[in-house]
Amino acid sequence: MARQKLKELEINRDWCKGCGICVKFCPKQVLELDNKEKATVVRPEDCIVCKLCELRCPDLAITVLTTQEDDNGKND
Amino acid sequence: MAVQDYLRQRFFPHMWCPGCGHGTVLNSLLRAVEELGLDKNNIVMTSGIGCSARISGYVDFHSLHTLHGRALAFATGVKMSKPELTLLVPMGDGDALAIGGNHFIHAARRNIDITAIVMNNRIYGMTGGQFSPLSGCGIKATTAPYTTIDNNFDVVELATAAGATFVARTTTYHAKEATSLLKKAILHKGFSVVEILSQCPTHFGRKNKEGDAAQMMENYKNITAPVGSKALEENPALWGRGIFVERERPEYCTEYGKIVELAMKGAAK
Repeated sequence: MARQKLKELEINRDWCKGCGICVKFCPKQVLELDNKEKATVVRPEDCIVCKLCELRCPDLAITVLTTQEDDNGKND
Repeated sequence: MAVQDYLRQRFFPHMWCPGCGHGTVLNSLLRAVEELGLDKNNIVMTSGIGCSARISGYVDFHSLHTLHGRALAFATGVKMSKPELTLLVPMGDGDALAIGGNHFIHAARRNIDITAIVMNNRIYGMTGGQFSPLSGCGIKATTAPYTTIDNNFDVVELATAAGATFVARTTTYHAKEATSLLKKAILHKGFSVVEILSQCPTHFGRKNKEGDAAQMMENYKNITAPVGSKALEENPALWGRGIFVERERPEYCTEYGKIVELAMKGAAK
């Protein structure tokens, strides 16, 4: 079974207003607000690619890019 | 196509406050349009006045930013002249049911093929936090410092009674559900109403001590329950979520087309 794996979590810092919705609802605490009050990725390795941050972001500033991973842990 | 391709990116970042639910509604709506694979050139979005109405400026569809409460009236005009287009009409709670209340019920009565989205934040945000007909009793607003005494409309019941053939409700917390309901509403032939509870942390949240945007969203999880669930049956204080009405009735533009055909036959005699 191919599994979705995080390739990159893109955050558009020009659009982010730092409301903290993504930080609060991330089930794995992948995101945090930095000292400029912008969302930033601190634990990308924990991301389970649920994309809840991307779906709920009111500023449309988050894009979750994924890759497929096969059974042997190799990336497509 | 990515969701961002449906935006007029030159106007971003948008003017809504940090944490405003209207951005999430825009997000869910664009995903619905993307998943349906609709062509930008076949979509028309009309909107009235208010924070919510600014949405039509951000989408890369044909758009009309019209008079307060009259978005549905303009949409009716567009739809009748070009029935092949998809009409999306996002409105705020006041825009839809106070200023545009009459247009709302009559569009529902006609069953014209338009998708009306009520972005319900229960307050007039743009003008400084006055209470709206959807605020309900016991709410603090700038025009009700000692709480409101007005009962609120129930959008779902009102739309159902007025004759809408697709009626649904969801919240900004339930973003996936919002996208799936919007998809169904757009595909539905007839007048569809989707009420989306949307947080206003700046006015409603601050006045009513509901916390920040994320806390207000979390609250939506607690005060709603899916239609037909046991939780909703046991606790009538909860708001129902999901599809309330899905029925078939003759659509207005189709019927109008038939009348035009009939009249042309009469003229040929």
